[in-house]
Amino acid sequence: MKEEDFNENEYIEQLRAAGTNVVVGKLDDLINWGRSNSLWPLTFATSCCGIEFMSAGAARFDMARFGFEVARASPRQADVIVVAGTIVHKMAPVLKRLYDQMAEPKYVVAMGGCAISGGPFKNSYHVLKGVEEIIPVDVYVPGCPPKPEAFFYGMMQLQRKIKAEQYFGVVNRKEAKPTKTQTEKK
Amino acid sequence: MGNIKEKIGSFLPEAVFEEGQYITVSVPADKVHALALYLRDDADLRFDYLANLTGMDWGESLGVIYHLNSTTYNHWVIVKTSTTDKENPLLYSVGDVWATALINEREIHDFYGIRFINNPDMRHIFLRNDWKGFPFRKDYDTNPEINPIPLESDEYLDIAPCVKETDNGKIEESLNTIFEKDDYVINIGPQHPATHGVLHFRVALDGEIIKKVDPNCGYIHRGIEKMCESLTYPQTLHLTDRLDYLSAHNNRHALCLCIEDALQVEVPERAKYIRTMMDELMRISSHLLFWSTCCMDLGALTAFFYGFRDREKILDIFEETCGARMTMNYNTIGGVMADIHPNFQKRVKELIAYLPKALKEYHTVFTGNVIAQQRMKGIGYLTKEDAISYSVTGPSGRASGWTCDVRKRTPYGVYDKVDFKEIIRTEGDAFARYMVRMDEIMESVHILEQLVDNIPEGDYAVKMKPIIKLPEGTYFRQVEACRGAFGVLIESKGEKYPYRVKFSSPGLALVNVVDLLSRKNKIADLISIGASLDYVVPDIDR
Repeated sequence: MKEEDFNENEYIEQLRAAGTNVVVGKLDDLINWGRSNSLWPLTFATSCCGIEFMSAGAARFDMARFGFEVARASPRQADVIVVAGTIVHKMAPVLKRLYDQMAEPKYVVAMGGCAISGGPFKNSYHVLKGVEEIIPVDVYVPGCPPKPEAFFYGMMQLQRKIKAEQYFGVVNRKEAKPTKTQTEKK
Repeated sequence: MGNIKEKIGSFLPEAVFEEGQYITVSVPADKVHALALYLRDDADLRFDYLANLTGMDWGESLGVIYHLNSTTYNHWVIVKTSTTDKENPLLYSVGDVWATALINEREIHDFYGIRFINNPDMRHIFLRNDWKGFPFRKDYDTNPEINPIPLESDEYLDIAPCVKETDNGKIEESLNTIFEKDDYVINIGPQHPATHGVLHFRVALDGEIIKKVDPNCGYIHRGIEKMCESLTYPQTLHLTDRLDYLSAHNNRHALCLCIEDALQVEVPERAKYIRTMMDELMRISSHLLFWSTCCMDLGALTAFFYGFRDREKILDIFEETCGARMTMNYNTIGGVMADIHPNFQKRVKELIAYLPKALKEYHTVFTGNVIAQQRMKGIGYLTKEDAISYSVTGPSGRASGWTCDVRKRTPYGVYDKVDFKEIIRTEGDAFARYMVRMDEIMESVHILEQLVDNIPEGDYAVKMKPIIKLPEGTYFRQVEACRGAFGVLIESKGEKYPYRVKFSSPGLALVNVVDLLSRKNKIADLISIGASLDYVVPDIDR
């Protein structure tokens, strides 16, 4: 991907345009540099997108180039959960529990049409209309399934988001983010 | 054919015959079990393979359709039965005649609320225990407030409710213990790297030895069959690619064939060649993925990279011609969506030249390895009789010596014009299942070799009307998907929407057999058994 194409989400950098503390800001940058380049995903896949997630990890696409390759089978060791595939009613509590078991700071990537909105199964009686109904999503990667390149683009957006975060005093003492259903109830 | 009709007629005078694709017979519910035994055991009938079991809601009655096939004579019969009691529908189980019926009856219980007398396990399998209503019934209320998104985990039942018939013919409610109170039960899944998706096994252990495995499905049950009932026929095609995404072309081929059969459309020869080649490419890519994941499950991570590296070559071919790497949406009613890419033949030839060398490397890297051999040889033994009774088709069935290849038994596409071997092994263990798949890659290469230069000129599809209406009737068609026989049943009432679509997946039968295979084995062997069966979870749950 060309560098100039990569600038379409400028607001992420604008979040920090208001200025930042000199000493802590530099420390933030250092820590965020490390955090964003060693994102450990959880091995979590329900359907077709999971195979593309595996392809992304395999020889041709090699996600180790970006520091995503340490896929963990336990949520307690993972930084980011890539929701690759349809989430159905029976799976919803399991996904919620996996998310709750991850240590803060944690991120969610909704990979593919099903995780974003229910995709082709939107009208089904047993399918969630997007994973954001139960957990908060940071990055959406559209596609059915997205190509590994698209998945990388999404993950790179997540890296930028992490780089723009304030770590001290914000991320390191963050409270749980509300989900869509919780916000609606309020 | 007349013979089957006469035999059934003389055994059961009250049987009503219907015209259709195959001999169709409707029988009263209380006679089904006796007829099932007769059909299976009679020397001239030998209906030993239950290819498909479908639940039905015919409006005023609920019922089931059995598609029976004989592995000896390869003839078919369809048995229908129904009950008008919608409050407490009861039918007789045939689980003791064909073991695959046990899990299919649980599925029908979930979707239609029909309970089966003498089936020892009438728990939910796909839906949660607190699910309200029966989603596949025509009067099901889809209001999301009745079944909101649950945030609490489901409880797992150790004692299964069931309905039994006592010796004096009385029908009574009963309970059947699945796990004893002091059984040591561990959970594998639904989030586990070795279950190949979101499948949940509850395993009772005695030390390291497996006493019992209880599969719990439904973590990716998307209700595809129900969705198809409100889609037009061309729209239903798109969901088949997402059932078993590793045999996307084959699944879609099955549905297209079923619809084309019903409409009596003749597909152009060119389309048949393209479809057959795509099916075989899909099979190679699926078996390569099987090899990668099987090796990874058994601890050989390098193999994973080798397999995926070579699979990418096939995905490139798909991407050029179909426009996508996965979920290609390529077959269509009357042919294929687009003509092949100019590079197609060149790329396939490159692949044909490349794969034999790659396979040789695979065998050097993994097959000959002592650890791999010890973890697979003699593990998870499945006899031929069990394979047929449990409807374990595909490479897993062929590893037990059952010649169940649909490509040979009822050829479709251009399989009758090519020369290929049906790979059969008789050991029936995990290693045999592994080797059958590896050898099938070579057979698929062999098929491609014969076809690649002979694709005839002509149209790649016949023009179909935008709105397709199938004539009234029941249609069933099977193809050989990568994991076994994939069947499609369509019941049409002559409208532009199907009345009922059923996909009979090879995966459900494979999960049903895990308990049988892994008992008395060690817990670590469950991983080799699961890897060698090679199920795909969205295919099981649909």
